[in-house]
Amino acid sequence: MLRVDIEKQLGEFSLSATFTSEGRVIGLFGASGAGKTSLVNMIAGLLRPDRGSIVIDGETVDDTAAGLHVPAWRRRIGYVFQDARLFPHLDVAQNLDYGRRMNGLAPDPAQHKRVIDLLDIGALQGRRPGKLSGGERQRVALGRALLSKPRLLLLDEPLGALDEGRKLEILPYLVRLRDEANVPMVYVSHDAAELRQLATQIVMLKQGRVTSFGGVKVLA
Amino acid sequence: MSEISPAEWTAILLSLRVAIIATLVATPFGIALAWLLARRDFWGKPLLDALVHLPLVLPPVVTGYLLLLTFGRRGLVGGFLADHLGIVFSFRWTGAALACGVMSFPLLVRPMRLSIEAIDRRLEQAAETLGAAPWKVFFTVTLPLALPGVLAGMVLGFAKAIGEFGATITFVSNIPGETQTISSAIYSLIQTPDGDAAAGRLVIVSIVLALGALIAAEWFARRATARLHGN
Repeated sequence: MLRVDIEKQLGEFSLSATFTSEGRVIGLFGASGAGKTSLVNMIAGLLRPDRGSIVIDGETVDDTAAGLHVPAWRRRIGYVFQDARLFPHLDVAQNLDYGRRMNGLAPDPAQHKRVIDLLDIGALQGRRPGKLSGGERQRVALGRALLSKPRLLLLDEPLGALDEGRKLEILPYLVRLRDEANVPMVYVSHDAAELRQLATQIVMLKQGRVTSFGGVKVLA
Repeated sequence: MSEISPAEWTAILLSLRVAIIATLVATPFGIALAWLLARRDFWGKPLLDALVHLPLVLPPVVTGYLLLLTFGRRGLVGGFLADHLGIVFSFRWTGAALACGVMSFPLLVRPMRLSIEAIDRRLEQAAETLGAAPWKVFFTVTLPLALPGVLAGMVLGFAKAIGEFGATITFVSNIPGETQTISSAIYSLIQTPDGDAAAGRLVIVSIVLALGALIAAEWFARRATARLHGN
């Protein structure tokens, strides 16, 4: 469950969003500049709201009235960025293992295998990020986020930097992820077709305001 | 030119010891300061920045004299360290290391700072979302990515420390076997009637060390670029 009720002033731009969702995949839809990334950054804890609160899975992670702000590294969220952001000094296997090490989690070979099979990244393990294609990089980034055992997965235009062919290559993995990984997701996109395939609920954002909220049919 | 004499070896080895200690002690401070200057905004930052660079533009004799006033036996800090911790700088090789450390500090910090500034901060954000506390982010992402710059700074600082003359001779004088580095040995030799050959040998040693350090620094800089691109 995710409950968001925030306000944030970013220069000239003001963002104000309120919604509660039980959906498995919340699609955050809007044109570029609508405030989607800022909103996701606030859910991740990378950006602090000026006013309001955010509740993830029953835990209040932001509450400006109470002066509460849980830093990103303690939120147990996974974040897949548009630009993968794999660590260039680590190989794929070390990138995948990073979240587990930082959180001090015991190795979980079963989950490790499941995620690697799900994303087909077994053959990439020894490679450096610089030697991967854009699509491969994004799959590794997905795996890295999942293996940190997040309670919420944030995906900010994960297909945004890929060309049409690559998008079609990744999309099936995302569908499998939704159906098999059992982690609720917030999926940000400006592409209605993408969201129709993936999302179970839609939050529509326009110039910093939520304009509609509901099932996938609000995209029509 | 004949072989290097024992007295010249003494000066060379002392220079190496002084420069190595100066570099090793200065490095943690250098990294901390480089990070502070690259990543933080605070009141007095321009002043701190200027202070770090001061030894680069101040006459070395002035730096040496200020060190003598501060860290000499009767200096404010020097007196305290000598009385309470038994650490003495004046007329000791440790003083030479201190002078070299201070003089080479600007050169040591600069590549470190540039390499930290060049790191994509979004990588640090990604580490944070994966559960890394800020100090873990520093040690697992920032420092490894800055490592070539850190090493380049150490090499440059070392090269500068090896060649330091003005501040060292002012602060700790020119005592063979204790504070006489390559530079001060050359200075003494060219004032001695038949010291030319010995001075010439030490000059060659200086050139070789300096060139080697510059080539090493360049190599580390190229490694840094490759590392940031994940190849």
